[in-house]
Amino acid sequence: MTTAAADADIHAALSGVTRVYPGTATTPPIHALGPINLELKRGEFFAVVGPSGCGKSTLLEVLAGLQQPTAGTVMFEGRTVAGKVPDGIGVVFQEDASFPWMTVWDNAAFGLRRNGVATAEIRRRVDDALAFMGLTDFARAYPAQLSGGMRQRVCISRTLVLQPRLILLDEPFGALDAQTRLLMGDEVLRLWRRTGATVLLITHALDEAAMLSDRIGAMSARPGRFLDIVVTGWSRERNSKIVSEPQFGEITGRLWENLRGESLKSLGHPGMAAG
Amino acid sequence: MSRVGWIRLAVLAIAIGLLELCCRLGLIDQRVVIPPSEMAVALVRLLISGEANEQIVRTFGIVLLAALISVVAGFALGAVIHALPRARQSLDPFFATYYAVPIFIFYPVMIVIFGLSAIPIVLMGVATAIVAMIIATLNGLDRVPQVLAKVARVHRMGTIATALRLKLPAAAPHLFTGVKLAVSYAFIGVIASEFILAPAGLGRVISDAYTDFNNRQMYALMLLLIIVATLVNMFLHVVDQRWAERRGIAKP
Repeated sequence: MTTAAADADIHAALSGVTRVYPGTATTPPIHALGPINLELKRGEFFAVVGPSGCGKSTLLEVLAGLQQPTAGTVMFEGRTVAGKVPDGIGVVFQEDASFPWMTVWDNAAFGLRRNGVATAEIRRRVDDALAFMGLTDFARAYPAQLSGGMRQRVCISRTLVLQPRLILLDEPFGALDAQTRLLMGDEVLRLWRRTGATVLLITHALDEAAMLSDRIGAMSARPGRFLDIVVTGWSRERNSKIVSEPQFGEITGRLWENLRGESLKSLGHPGMAAG
Repeated sequence: MSRVGWIRLAVLAIAIGLLELCCRLGLIDQRVVIPPSEMAVALVRLLISGEANEQIVRTFGIVLLAALISVVAGFALGAVIHALPRARQSLDPFFATYYAVPIFIFYPVMIVIFGLSAIPIVLMGVATAIVAMIIATLNGLDRVPQVLAKVARVHRMGTIATALRLKLPAAAPHLFTGVKLAVSYAFIGVIASEFILAPAGLGRVISDAYTDFNNRQMYALMLLLIIVATLVNMFLHVVDQRWAERRGIAKP
């Protein structure tokens, strides 16, 4: 592959990125992240796992342009990301970010209306997204009338209609039960295959990362750095049934091997890491 | 109507019926309290005669103006104070103790400054109501989920768009509580000021009727005030309930 072709293949990149939260009069500065070097290939599904407080969400927010890195550069489609979210990036957050005062349909149409998209096109895209996410029958419902999983699907629909080329998912299923998470994982895989978008998923669930991703970055305790990048080798047509395959156990085992000591460190028990 | 609604109505009907019965049986001296049916008749006659129309329009107009000023200025001040954490820290104790101070002690000062006109009454209405709206605004903005600010940035929304399109609707249930309180307090502030000293208005007319032992007029106008204040509050309550149901935060 030529250098130009390789560059075109890289959709987003972080190089030497660190994030330090300034201290106050009573608290010292917090070195939350980095240095991080990461290249996301166009159309790949990349997951980031790591112990609590290791800077996973900070990494996502820096990549999205929601936070400025203290050092290093962030690139998306060949352009530097600086201080604002570039066009083409969609983010789904862990918290319920649906708008309770709007119907499901209006929630999904929010971004398109803001962008001044023609009414007919809004209708087409929203109806399509709601059908894809299985929400057509709930189009006139309000988020309060839906389950947590369905509300998260509303938020995914709101992102999906904008046809983002890079989708950032910040622990979107963190508040859901294990079974619903597996099923939502299938939804996300369908979404990924259909849109062809690059996906970066932040998760604390090793099984979720192992099932969904092409590559998984295992992060150290704070300040978060990549300890290992695991290539899963799954086919693009995978779904939640792969959890019963031996390779799935091998992947989660390798991830846990990397993360066990780091998780103990983050809990303040580094001495137990060898046990 | 719901079962609770019927029970509420029944309690009201029983209370009115008991009062009627006590007055008719002479258990309550009719020189002190007239039967509710006679209050209603007196009110209908008063409204048909048009005798008190000018006062009615004046008082309810002042209440409306005071409530409007309180809601708009209270929201604006609340939003500004919310954006300035240090100012808020300094002002919070004043808000917490505001209603412990009998603010009507300032009414004579207002009259000295603005004269015996509608202005001091409007100001007393505002003074009674505005802090409720400021507190409700602060509470509402405190409860806007942080994630909405991130959503706004993902959608590349500016400060004003974020405030109007996301923060305001997210805080709306709490703001509406402020609106309900502001309207109730404006009623109290205006009527009480008119009672104390005013050139005109329902409060003044009720006070005059009391001094002249004109019980029919006094109770008729008191009934009118109760009916209007209750209807306004019921309307606001119904709107509030509908919004709350829609958002899944229905209150009993």
